[in-house]
Amino acid sequence: MRTAFIEELCDLAEQEERIWLLCGDLGYSVLERFRDRFPNRYVNVGVAEQNMTGMAAGLAMCGKIVFTYSIANFPVLRCLEQIRNDVCYHRANVKIVAVGGGLAYGAQGYTHHGVEDLAVMRVLPEMTVIAPGDPIETRLATRAIVRHEGPCYLRLGKAGEPTVHLAEPNFEIGKAIKLREGNHITLISIGGMLATVVKAAERLAEDDIQARVLSMHTLTPLDREAVLAAATETGGIITVEEHGVGGLASAVAEVLAAEGCTVPFRALHLPRKPASHAGSQEALRGVHGLSVEGIMTAAKAILG
Amino acid sequence: MQTNIVTTADLARRIRAHALRMVHRANASHIGTCLSMADLLACLYGGILRVRPQEPHWPQRDRFLLSKGHGAAILYAVLAERGFFPTEWLETYCADGSLLTGHISHHVPGVEVSTGSLGHGLSIGCGMALAGKRDGADYRVFVMLSDGELDEGSNWEPILFAGHHRLDNLVAMVDYNKIQSFGSVAEVLGLEPLKAKWEAFGWAVREIDGHDHGQILSALQALPFQEGRPSVLIAHTVKGKGVSYMEGELAWHYRSPNAELLQKALDELGGCQ
Repeated sequence: MRTAFIEELCDLAEQEERIWLLCGDLGYSVLERFRDRFPNRYVNVGVAEQNMTGMAAGLAMCGKIVFTYSIANFPVLRCLEQIRNDVCYHRANVKIVAVGGGLAYGAQGYTHHGVEDLAVMRVLPEMTVIAPGDPIETRLATRAIVRHEGPCYLRLGKAGEPTVHLAEPNFEIGKAIKLREGNHITLISIGGMLATVVKAAERLAEDDIQARVLSMHTLTPLDREAVLAAATETGGIITVEEHGVGGLASAVAEVLAAEGCTVPFRALHLPRKPASHAGSQEALRGVHGLSVEGIMTAAKAILG
Repeated sequence: MQTNIVTTADLARRIRAHALRMVHRANASHIGTCLSMADLLACLYGGILRVRPQEPHWPQRDRFLLSKGHGAAILYAVLAERGFFPTEWLETYCADGSLLTGHISHHVPGVEVSTGSLGHGLSIGCGMALAGKRDGADYRVFVMLSDGELDEGSNWEPILFAGHHRLDNLVAMVDYNKIQSFGSVAEVLGLEPLKAKWEAFGWAVREIDGHDHGQILSALQALPFQEGRPSVLIAHTVKGKGVSYMEGELAWHYRSPNAELLQKALDELGGCQ
């Protein structure tokens, strides 16, 4: 995803001179292509995320479209107050990019697990929160947030995520992408879980369970219509996210509760507990049911 | 120069009086910090900053950022005096429905950024200064910091950055009134040697009496203090300056003068109705 992001950003920067990129001394083997092509619009600010974010706001106030880039929690939690006050309060045109969201840095330990970012970002005013599901969505999301005036958070995986979309879908901020039609149950995926969710839907189909699959790439603003349609047109909803509490599951549940929907609902997410052992992304996901098997089990539990 | 000093002295008196009335009316805190930087603001807005009150977003304007956002009352006052908005607005300070919040708000014409949590302004200023440099624009960026604010580690990131990147269009001003929120700076978390710290980070430093308009103006007219280096003006000030019973008193970080004390303060300032 990070390669898709930087390639797309370079293409966009060719056309749009207001695009800047700030990094917090991370991005080896990724950001060089932007740095070398647009040296006048690139700064490695050093290992200083608070300054990176405050500066991004200042640059945006001078008319720039400013991307900040670092890994996992560093561009998000370390500088949360700068995001809230300097970026959101001023509606500054800053795009925060975190690579290695979720458990992409699984074996590196909990400090490197970006598993609260979606919950934290989605409550901030003016903030658009996007976690694309594959490299194609990453490119489309990057394009969309450049066009969108205002603060955005782009949560990416790392490298090597499979391409899920067979063709370029229509991508609109705040509009879920339906990858598979089905009326027995709806699987709502955010971010890098998409490939697993699609696979689970294929396996369920082998058992004659037709699962609708939604890529909910935008967490805020949430596609309420897609959620409500799933609630009325299918027999249950399962949310799947590589994230702890307070993210997609909460956002979907808020819509269902507010509309008085009593559809069967299961939330697959990580517990509110730091991982204490090393583990690959796949291994850590699997422990918490974020796997094809875990999704199938949840679906069958709902459908009895 | 003499004319300037007379003008800025008058402006300083007027904005001190506004701020006193504002905090009295609103029963608000932070008058001490307003008064300590009154002379710095009067000199900036009275003769240094290139701004257009009728066109607050003029792209080539000098930017002034109040990082010590709790000193809002007197910045609103000087902006009103310069014509960014009617002075009548000052009467609404902190009132229900007013744009004039107790910590400085960018919703008010002439205010560049909202602050209030300390340690934010200098990074934003760095971004603006860098934009100016790369765009080949000749505006300057001024950031007013408090002394207590320098406890925040987030200041030292942009201090390091600006020195490294030689942002000589960036000017930090330290309102060094020696009293922070809950004690003296020396007791709570000493800053000395402050000049040497900034110098070590690559800044050109001047230390002045922050109430002497001649010193303030001559320093600000000599910007940048050194080509290729960001400038910092360490202004030695007195908290509550201009009102005898407030000077050097921690309590006036919090207290608001009652009607009687307000009148006494206005009498001391003189030249104000």
